[in-house]
Amino acid sequence: MQLSRDELKRAYRRMFTIRCFEERVEKEFAAGNIPGFAHVYLGQEASGVGICHDLTDEDYIGSTHRGHGHCISKGCDVKGMMLEIFGKSGGLCEGKGGSMHIADLSKGMLGANAIVGGAPPIAVGAALTQKLNKTGKVAVAFTGDGGSNQGTCFEAMNMAVVLGAPCVFVIENNGYGEFTGSSYAVGAPSIAERARAFGMPAETVDGTDFFAVRDAMANALERGRAGEGPYAIESQCPRYLGHFVGDPQAYRTKEELEETRNRDGIRNFKERVLEVGLLEQSDFDELDKEVLQEVEDAVKAALAAPFPSLDALETNVYLNY
Amino acid sequence: MPKKSYREAINEALRQEMNRDARVIVLGEDVAGGNGASGNAGTVGGVMGVTAGLHTEFGGERVIDTPISESAIIGAANGAAMTGMRPVAEIMFVDFVGVCFDQIYNQAAKFRYMFGGKATTPLVIRSMIGGGLRAGAQHSQTLHPLFTMVPGLKVVMPSNAYDAKGLLTQAIRDDDPVVFLESKILYDTQADVPDEAYTIPFGEGEYIREGDDVTIVAVGGDIMRASAAADALEKEGITCDVVDPRTTSPLDEEIILESVENTGRLVVVDESPPRCSFASDVSSIVADKGFSFVKAPIKKVTCPHTPVPFAPTLEDAFLPNPDRIAQAVRDVLKYDS
Repeated sequence: MQLSRDELKRAYRRMFTIRCFEERVEKEFAAGNIPGFAHVYLGQEASGVGICHDLTDEDYIGSTHRGHGHCISKGCDVKGMMLEIFGKSGGLCEGKGGSMHIADLSKGMLGANAIVGGAPPIAVGAALTQKLNKTGKVAVAFTGDGGSNQGTCFEAMNMAVVLGAPCVFVIENNGYGEFTGSSYAVGAPSIAERARAFGMPAETVDGTDFFAVRDAMANALERGRAGEGPYAIESQCPRYLGHFVGDPQAYRTKEELEETRNRDGIRNFKERVLEVGLLEQSDFDELDKEVLQEVEDAVKAALAAPFPSLDALETNVYLNY
Repeated sequence: MPKKSYREAINEALRQEMNRDARVIVLGEDVAGGNGASGNAGTVGGVMGVTAGLHTEFGGERVIDTPISESAIIGAANGAAMTGMRPVAEIMFVDFVGVCFDQIYNQAAKFRYMFGGKATTPLVIRSMIGGGLRAGAQHSQTLHPLFTMVPGLKVVMPSNAYDAKGLLTQAIRDDDPVVFLESKILYDTQADVPDEAYTIPFGEGEYIREGDDVTIVAVGGDIMRASAAADALEKEGITCDVVDPRTTSPLDEEIILESVENTGRLVVVDESPPRCSFASDVSSIVADKGFSFVKAPIKKVTCPHTPVPFAPTLEDAFLPNPDRIAQAVRDVLKYDS
């Protein structure tokens, strides 16, 4: 499907926002400004943005511990996210969630999830709502190669098939579950094959190719929006950094890390779009400037914002108790 | 007022709330039954018949048979609840929460807090609890302490048919995640249950009976045992308050403290192992906030620190019973004020 100039700009803007956001998170983490730990999405930008490109705010996604990129792909506010990661008042979750629990229901973002394999069953439920209410909307379950080994993922896949729920399982295979290679930990030769065995169509896609990811998602959406049930996409997109920011990655060779960096979905996108002349270099320059400013403003706001007041400690456990 | 069983009362609450609100759906293993079988769907209505007839009345879109996949059942209920439905998910025996506890305590219970108050998860998890059916170690537990200690969950343990209907109606209308625990030994017990819908608020206990000498606190199936003990003690001239908090979270501390202030003596009955239990929770609250009221040590009548045994002789010895409760009451009365 041909994309308009505006759509191309939006896709690039989101991918580049993820890149800048995550590089800045890395920097601010090293500077001691971010509590806890952070898992960044560098190298996987084209995957999340490609999957979410044709989703609306009424379509849902469930995410992973590596969720910043999914949030940005789904249109979450960058400043609200940065404040949340800093644990500050005014963050998307008022500083009570943090990096691994960013959610924005108004954007159809059901939450990053720090439990590996946590999101797929929840996404099936969000998809069930769409089916019962005949909305034509879908829910996406993001998980990784690690999450795809969890029983929860298998249960969710089977349940989605049995109930005919319009759930798209997106398994982002970044080659590693924590510090263990997926070639070791995934017993089957292909995660997509395994998903197909549950009784749904599945395909494998180069997760660094925005256009390929979007095309795969178009197939999933065609089926989901028509009420024909679930779909699975194994999106292969390498992780530039380690499991968490600061992971020295003693388990990866220098050669592999270099090779990984050469698979750059953003650079590829730009080259292809320039080549066919749909956008000019000046368009990219302008977007780059805007994004860098937005991230800079977000960090400034996060540094300046107060931590939540202690009154917040016991609020929002229940609606009423 | 018509007499109805605990089972019928729960069924009636489900039916009335499904009629009242199209967002209410029921899902779980064999809640309809018969899907994919040679006979008709909806012919079972739950292993104990609690959801009988609902599939016929509301159809397979709202009374959803699931695979035996507890994580997916609760996970799907969570996702549906967060996106506008009001699911009532059934975990057949509470013992099975071991395979889906993540979706309960890490997900449902935490969404609201973790997401800064922006998520609402109006979920009910129904499950049956308790021993006495010779069902062995993995089909006989109560496990209410596991849920009660989780912030974000409400935990309901009805002790009679009237309360079961009112509390389940409240649970379905409640916007927080609620764990609704049905005592198996009560399914056939009857009470006066109004035909019309009504709610009983959470965190409000009731006096099952009033007396002067000792307070007995219990929930769920233990109320039946405590009442039998109180009947026997009355013949000895000993009268007891039997206090039913009805929900272990929130807990009506006030009614417990009020009763202990009047009697000065407390026995807590709890069909669960003794450590970190409902019994130890109530005891600690009274020791802390009612220290000046008590004239004798607080006694707990619980199960031993063992799995639930199978052999009938052993299971009978394992469970709290009226004799053990009555003896505990006599024991606390031996202390002079």
